[in-house]
Amino acid sequence: MNKKVLRIYFPLFALPTLIAFIIGFIVPFGMGIYLSFCKFTTVADAKWVGMQNFKDMFKDPEFIHALWYTALFAVVSVITINFFGFSIAMLLTKGIKGTNLFRTVFFMPNLIGGIVLGYIWQLILNGILANFGATLTFSEKYGFWGMIILMNWQQIGYVMIIYIAGIQNVPGELLEAARIDGATNSQVLFKVMLPMVMPSITICTFLTLTNSFKLYDQNLALTNGLPSNKSELLALNIYNTFYGRVGFEGVGQAKAVVFFFIVGAIAVAQLFFTHRKEVQQ
Amino acid sequence: MARNNTSRTLAAGEMLPKDIQKLAKRMSKKKSSSSSARKSPYSGLWTFILSIVSVIYVIPIILVFMNSFKKKVFINKAPFAPPTAKTFANWDNYISGVEKIGFFSAFINSVIITVGSVLVIILCTSMCGWYITRVKTIFSKCMYYLCVFSMVVPFQMVMFTLAKTSDKLKLGNPWGIIVVYLGFGAGLAVFMFCGFAKSIPIEIEEAAMIDGCNPVQTYFQVVMPILRPTCISVAILEAMWIWNDYLLPSLVLDKTKYKTIPIAIQYLKGGYGAVDMGAMMAMLVLAIIPIIVFYLFCQKYIIEGVVSGAVKG
Repeated sequence: MNKKVLRIYFPLFALPTLIAFIIGFIVPFGMGIYLSFCKFTTVADAKWVGMQNFKDMFKDPEFIHALWYTALFAVVSVITINFFGFSIAMLLTKGIKGTNLFRTVFFMPNLIGGIVLGYIWQLILNGILANFGATLTFSEKYGFWGMIILMNWQQIGYVMIIYIAGIQNVPGELLEAARIDGATNSQVLFKVMLPMVMPSITICTFLTLTNSFKLYDQNLALTNGLPSNKSELLALNIYNTFYGRVGFEGVGQAKAVVFFFIVGAIAVAQLFFTHRKEVQQ
Repeated sequence: MARNNTSRTLAAGEMLPKDIQKLAKRMSKKKSSSSSARKSPYSGLWTFILSIVSVIYVIPIILVFMNSFKKKVFINKAPFAPPTAKTFANWDNYISGVEKIGFFSAFINSVIITVGSVLVIILCTSMCGWYITRVKTIFSKCMYYLCVFSMVVPFQMVMFTLAKTSDKLKLGNPWGIIVVYLGFGAGLAVFMFCGFAKSIPIEIEEAAMIDGCNPVQTYFQVVMPILRPTCISVAILEAMWIWNDYLLPSLVLDKTKYKTIPIAIQYLKGGYGAVDMGAMMAMLVLAIIPIIVFYLFCQKYIIEGVVSGAVKG
């Protein structure tokens, strides 16, 4: 009875969101899939070309380069961010003095937007590199490590917060029991602590992984792909294909579809891992 | 063996102070820090090390602040030197920067877009989330799974077509973009509200209905107050995203008329061949200050929001 009454109110409760969702997501997404098989400059002149865009895409050396560059970037940043984030979280749950202040400081960069972050670090890294007679845009390596440093600065605080929540959920009795049984500090860490905070580790790994794959603003502000698109991550490469080269919109859309499948695969893998963990506990 | 034994007794001996420490932690923060300092001789050392690390952490922001008061030719030459009488530029950088990019109108646009979108998202998606959990039809299930699905899709996938669609519907102004944000941000919000609405006992709502409330009254007087913590979390997450978002507004908004803060800052680089570093530094400072003020006032909510958003998402 309750449900039937409620269903009459559909236009009020669900319709506004539904309309916006159709405008903001469903229509663009459907069109995007369709257009990846078309050649077009504006949407109106789309012409079906089948798989041609996908073939062209893999002939583009810059795209292949961006793909590997992004993959490498994601791996390095995931490892460093999670390592430092977890270490700091361990320290901040030991009840040392000033914990709250440290937590505030470490989390702060996370709220600053990517464009602003990019320019802040451009100033600093160029200032340091000037001592060696170089700038960030001399080589793709400088851009790579620059982005790693930037991402670490931004994201360590974020994963730290999640790890702290995870560590605080570990019952203290468990750790004490392990100590009474004669476990050393490293045994307590690897055999008790890490398995217990595994759900947080899964979450953080996948969050940082998708964030690194989708990185755009920081890349744009810090190096803008210089030198000659060598420090371009996937997202920036897709944008430049769309808006930098006339006649390549179809290829750009095809790249975006591939990009979507990569990010989607990461998300599905996360679901799989989290579910497996849930079964175990 | 012997070593093992001593460590065991030590561990057993430590039990008591540890329990006390835990109790003390719950009772008051002051006591816990003093007892933990007694517990481990390394505590002071770690505080010292972390202090150094956090100073390093803040240095980038301090550097930008410092450089914003230097004349622009000196910024690239010696970014790490503090301003001296010769290099000090007073408020010149701020004045020229604000004039060049129209900072205050960009700020107002950013505020309108962020506050407007967050309010609309909270109101619409919380109603929608509750509706979807309570009315279980194939249609509402489809909508739920589409929302979850949309969380996975990267923006580049819909970037071009979304820009065209919003262009056609004339959404390229600060009010129109709210609709776009509602559509693209609905995924996460609906997902979080659904997750929480499931845990509300249906008896409460039934009681309200029996007392003569229609669904609208039930929603606003019973359900919405219960959903408040989730509302705050969603508001924080969406606000952080929208305030800092660059790509979506840069594609959707009519950039000749409306800029947000990230667009204005990027424009400083794109619009004028050589970058005016002085103005850039000053604008970075102005962009950071509101965020830090907001953070210091709402830190508790922000951190809670981030944790709950991460665990759900």
